[in-house]
Amino acid sequence: MDSGNTAWVLVSTALVLFMTPGLAFFYGGMVRSKHVLGMLMQNFFAMGILAVLWALVVFSLAFGDAGNAGVIGNLDFIGLRDVGIGAAPGEFLSFLTIPFVLFCAYQMTFAIITPALITGATADRLRFPAFAVFISLWLVLVYGPVAHWVFAGGWLADLGALDFAGGAVVHINAGAAALAVVMVLGVRRGYPGEPMPPHSLPLTLLGTGILWFGWAGFNAGSALAADGIAAQALMNTILAPAAAMLGWLAIERFKGGHATTLGAASGAVAGLVAITPCAGFVGGMAPIYIGAVAGVVCYLGLGLKKALGLDDSLDVIAVHLVGGLAGSLMLGLFADDAINAVVTNEGLFLGGGADLLLDQIVASAATLAYSFAVSLVLAKVIDATMGLRIREPEEIEGLDLSQHAETAYSTVS
Amino acid sequence: MKLITAIVKPFKLEDVKESLKGAGVQGMTVTEVQGFGRQSGHTEVYRGAEYTVDFVPKVRIELVVDATDAERIAGLIVDAARTGKIGDGKVWITDVDRLVRIRTGELNDDAL
Repeated sequence: MDSGNTAWVLVSTALVLFMTPGLAFFYGGMVRSKHVLGMLMQNFFAMGILAVLWALVVFSLAFGDAGNAGVIGNLDFIGLRDVGIGAAPGEFLSFLTIPFVLFCAYQMTFAIITPALITGATADRLRFPAFAVFISLWLVLVYGPVAHWVFAGGWLADLGALDFAGGAVVHINAGAAALAVVMVLGVRRGYPGEPMPPHSLPLTLLGTGILWFGWAGFNAGSALAADGIAAQALMNTILAPAAAMLGWLAIERFKGGHATTLGAASGAVAGLVAITPCAGFVGGMAPIYIGAVAGVVCYLGLGLKKALGLDDSLDVIAVHLVGGLAGSLMLGLFADDAINAVVTNEGLFLGGGADLLLDQIVASAATLAYSFAVSLVLAKVIDATMGLRIREPEEIEGLDLSQHAETAYSTVS
Repeated sequence: MKLITAIVKPFKLEDVKESLKGAGVQGMTVTEVQGFGRQSGHTEVYRGAEYTVDFVPKVRIELVVDATDAERIAGLIVDAARTGKIGDGKVWITDVDRLVRIRTGELNDDAL
């Protein structure tokens, strides 16, 4: 057990947990004021239900029998059995120098925020009970398995695919799910004709700042050690979003508009998403290239929802699915074994050939396909049994009043 | 008694208020409103989606005054609120049938 490593992962756990409220406000500021509590509640509630489910069963499904090169874990750690303050059991996790319960807690914060990402796509029209059931089942049926495949030595890791902090497990996963759910959910009432501008960009920017800050724990914490790899990951987690912000703003101006605050925030997040799989595997100027490409590509990704005729309200597909894919694939170009000895096949641009890139393509495609398919089925089943969507009068009244009997901004206090 | 209603540009509120106070007017009610006459709105852009906003923020000032003072006070408002550019606003005067001071129950002229 290493106290330095443990201290850093302790801090990282708190940092990543902070990202879920950060996400809540990032999204919350972008919706209309009559729906803001609905958005905040979905994200805060995720911290409640998903933490309990993780401890109850999903940690075991993800990290049980780690290293089995298979599709799922087991029930060894159900109810946190054998998840104690000592070392992790088994061979695969023997590299850990932190208490096993801390590893569980740290992974829990990833499990909380991943389903929460979907709320941006489904904004303003989900029934709260249906939302609660959906993310609970999604955590068990989608997140658990995919986390096992990539983070716990499952079949994708065994193949040779790399994902430092969750480009596939978090971003492609949530992005593909968002795509599936909005296909079932339908568009917001009034979309696309009725103007639905953000009600508080200051909240959105505050949320962006919290996300960027917390992402230090998300990426650098994934080194699971306070070492050089964590340091490189932290550097990358500042450079990539910086470059991505500039990329997004540049293309905004190039298309004849202003440089906007929402654009700066969105660009930064796109860069953070893209660097997530690469964080502990690339160095030098690579994060800047990766970020700049992500900023431009995700901006162009905004057009996807119109092309597909979908109302992905807050562009989860453009930022998380496209950004996650971009980052995961660019890892196949830039992976550097001088940064991290785990890299056995270097990136294409470093002379490692196309092997890693091919593995990344397989992992990305598998994650996308599985998440999309299961999410689609889940959404349809929940819609058929309990109804996914609020009714029109409720949509007019707003989520806040209809789902929670609350008003965010009382004009007469 | 007369009700004076004025729609003015928000940044002119301070000038109007000071002008009225200087003339001995003891109170007013102010609300933030949106509107347009001949002044045009603006365009906002969020992640590539354009919204045309026709309304322009304004401030509405309301005061109940003695009928003999109404024209003079309305004139003070006009002078203080004018910038000479489109969107300066309007002032109108209407009748008040009855006035009550809530604290004391005083009526009409005694409630001014």
